[in-house]
Amino acid sequence: MTKPQHHHHSLERCRTLIAQLNDYLDGDLPPDLCAELEAHLAGCPDCRVVLGTLNQTVQILHTLDAVPPPLPADLEARLLARLALPSAPARGKP
Amino acid sequence: MPGLIINLSIYADEAALLAGLRRHDPDACTCLVKRFAPLVYARALRLVGDPDDAEGVLQTTFIKTCDALPNFDGASSLGTWIYRIATNEGLMLLRQRRPQVAFDAVAELLPADELPQPNHSWTIDPGRAALNGELRDQLAQAIAALPEPLRVVVTLRDIAELSTEETAAQLGITPGAVKVRLHRARLRLRDLLAGYLGFVTEDDDDQTAAPPP
Repeated sequence: MTKPQHHHHSLERCRTLIAQLNDYLDGDLPPDLCAELEAHLAGCPDCRVVLGTLNQTVQILHTLDAVPPPLPADLEARLLARLALPSAPARGKP
Repeated sequence: MPGLIINLSIYADEAALLAGLRRHDPDACTCLVKRFAPLVYARALRLVGDPDDAEGVLQTTFIKTCDALPNFDGASSLGTWIYRIATNEGLMLLRQRRPQVAFDAVAELLPADELPQPNHSWTIDPGRAALNGELRDQLAQAIAALPEPLRVVVTLRDIAELSTEETAAQLGITPGAVKVRLHRARLRLRDLLAGYLGFVTEDDDDQTAAPPP
């Protein structure tokens, strides 16, 4: 399952550059290394796929809390009680 | 007892909400809870990984928030301030839970032959992904299953969107260690998404993600 699939001539090269992909995505990679990485990406479809899917993963993580699930009713009631507030609207439980 | 009817719209404006809180209007406090508690709880749960502990963090966060309101200077938004309190509470709880291992536990080096599988190419609109409940659940479970040092870093960096430096300061580790852990966490979550989305292209064609059958 973890057998490397990169068909590039140098897996070592892919491994080294993949370690830089996050810095690249975060804009933290120095310009000279950026150029080196981009040159590799141009000739390595496998690393391009990793970069593209990694980028999407980060974008999805950024949106993960955009719509947080509602607080469970019992948990909200306990919180309001703890804060010594009037209880939240009844939700069917006595 | 019939439920209280609270007109949340009277506190739609943060300044009005703050004013209400400062004169101890119970409706303002309820409004504060309704507005911020869902996200505080969601993030606390991701940080500490346990529902009971997350509820403890939630309660402490709001108690401290209410206590500290007279000192709130408005330099950041109310939400940012509350989430910062929640993050501090969550991290404190983690430190108390495992004082010996703390955050410099090593989970950072890739096994020598672990290279990301390239032939899972997929394209998904992050905006739509955010509304995909099943995808969110899968991702939340995958985050929960990460080793704690990775889970905490990816939660602070990619979900709470703190900077590398802020994350390093919060955890008492170097920015380099933050980056290494973030890299590992992202790769694992990428693998999970690739498996879940199932867009496997056998010929390594990197741009033509086929829809699932």
